[in-house]
Amino acid sequence: MIDPSTPGFWQNLLGVVMVGTGQTLYMVGVALAVTILVGLPLGIALVGTERGGLFDAPFGSRAVGVATNRVLDFVVNLGRSIPFIIVMIAIIPLTRLVVGTFIGTTAAIVPLSIVAIPFFARMVEIALKEIDPGLTEAAQSLGATRAQIVRKVFIPEALPSIVLGLATTITSIINFSAMVGVVAGGGLGDVAFRYGYQAFSPTYVLVVVVIIFVIVQLIATAAAAIARRLSHASLPQPGLRGILAPGTRQQSI
Amino acid sequence: MISLQNVSKSFGSGPSAVIALDRVDLEVADGEIFGVVGQSGAGKSTLIRSVNLLERPDSGTITVNERELTSLSDAELRVERRRIGMIFQHFNLLSSRTVRGNVELALEVTGAERRERRRRADEILDLVGLTAKAGVYPTQLSGGQKQRVGIARALAANPRVLLSDEATSALDPETTRSILELVRTINRELGLTVLLITHEMDVVKTVCDSAALLEAGRIVEQGPLVSLISTAGSRLARDLFPLGPVPRHAGSTVIEITFSGGSADRPVIAQLSRNHGLDVSILGAVIETIGGNQAGRTRLQIPGSAAGARAAIDDLRSQGLLVEVVGEGNR
Repeated sequence: MIDPSTPGFWQNLLGVVMVGTGQTLYMVGVALAVTILVGLPLGIALVGTERGGLFDAPFGSRAVGVATNRVLDFVVNLGRSIPFIIVMIAIIPLTRLVVGTFIGTTAAIVPLSIVAIPFFARMVEIALKEIDPGLTEAAQSLGATRAQIVRKVFIPEALPSIVLGLATTITSIINFSAMVGVVAGGGLGDVAFRYGYQAFSPTYVLVVVVIIFVIVQLIATAAAAIARRLSHASLPQPGLRGILAPGTRQQSI
Repeated sequence: MISLQNVSKSFGSGPSAVIALDRVDLEVADGEIFGVVGQSGAGKSTLIRSVNLLERPDSGTITVNERELTSLSDAELRVERRRIGMIFQHFNLLSSRTVRGNVELALEVTGAERRERRRRADEILDLVGLTAKAGVYPTQLSGGQKQRVGIARALAANPRVLLSDEATSALDPETTRSILELVRTINRELGLTVLLITHEMDVVKTVCDSAALLEAGRIVEQGPLVSLISTAGSRLARDLFPLGPVPRHAGSTVIEITFSGGSADRPVIAQLSRNHGLDVSILGAVIETIGGNQAGRTRLQIPGSAAGARAAIDDLRSQGLLVEVVGEGNR
């Protein structure tokens, strides 16, 4: 039992919490980068291989498209349905292969990415499905290639929704990262567990909760602001508009 | 310029299959504005979307700019599509780009460099009268302005052909007129061939040189408006001059006279009455300017049977007028 009256308590707490926060940000940050790198193409592939999609007949075969779509859909559902704690244990061989060990903060990035990728891919899929098919047709009528349509139509048009989906994804990665203490991954969740639960110090739990809450809140607020800034589809109040997009000022005169 | 031969397309299969296009032949001459009219569900949209292969027909050939499109590879087709501009009913502008950015998209696709893109986009925006809106996003534009951006985007890469998929159907009458005027202007100034589909006869009347009537996936009639209006029994001509249903009057004959070109300013009815001693009454008349010429249709009622009015009708026909007996009352 440690409590705030113990000598050096606050100093110790500060050190432990800072290390924990650093580990959490590191894990979440790297996992997030991997998630975007893999999840975005996966989401595009999910939508693209649907009937009438941009890639509905890879290598000229609709059958390949159908098969690809089914496999991807299955993989994404599988990834999303298995509890994180089980994923962490189940993919130990993979983690070992990628990182060299399955213990520690870096190793924890692998399972975190594994659960976040399908989550984010679904978010991307939903965002892309909101795009008016007419836009794709317009680009096709101009002679755009598939790659150009993805780059110039799909991603920019879906970006506001993708950013919001990303914020939700980050929140869920933070959520999962609290469990990586199981593989000695460290992070804020581990701090709360070891100091708060095993050493009976509610102060640690409170501090961890506050920090995580602040991080999530910051991300959500930032994402909403970025999405609004990116979205020209719906107009916020004219005054804000003028500040956000100087090029549009002439309209409000 | 645009030639469709024996083009068929159906959706679905088995007994539930819907035939959208049924062996369609269509010829659009270089430099003309050609309108395809038909009710919704007639296959108009499928027809125009098959011209640039947004919809691939089941059979038939499509030739645009002297290239047969259905046999091209994907890469070759993309190059040909750059020479075929298209505008849409719902404009289909990217909300993530400004007006200028939307126009530049057409040039990015062709690989034009930044400076050239900017120059060309500003040039074409000037042509459609939107220079002041270049930096604005599409949501801040009116429908007519959006369609002007659509036109600018379609024209940016210097196509030879413009396809218009119900481009004015979402616009009010006044805006429709200004957009049609713009289409007319670019057709004249750039020598662009235009194929448009519409369900509004007014659009055909205002801008088209030629027209076709599409019904249940089949072309029922097609040709230059000037010759359609002097063709007996032409349904397009009838729709161009709507006179309403023919009334039934016992003991009289109802005829319709179509005037076009020089015959429009002759005192036909006065002569008819004087020379044949007939008590002619006018039941209805429409006069329109079609292809820059005055043309019209007058519905007359003549007492007696068609046989009795034969001499009068023959006389009118000998003057080069199109006369149709549309109603004959029996005593």
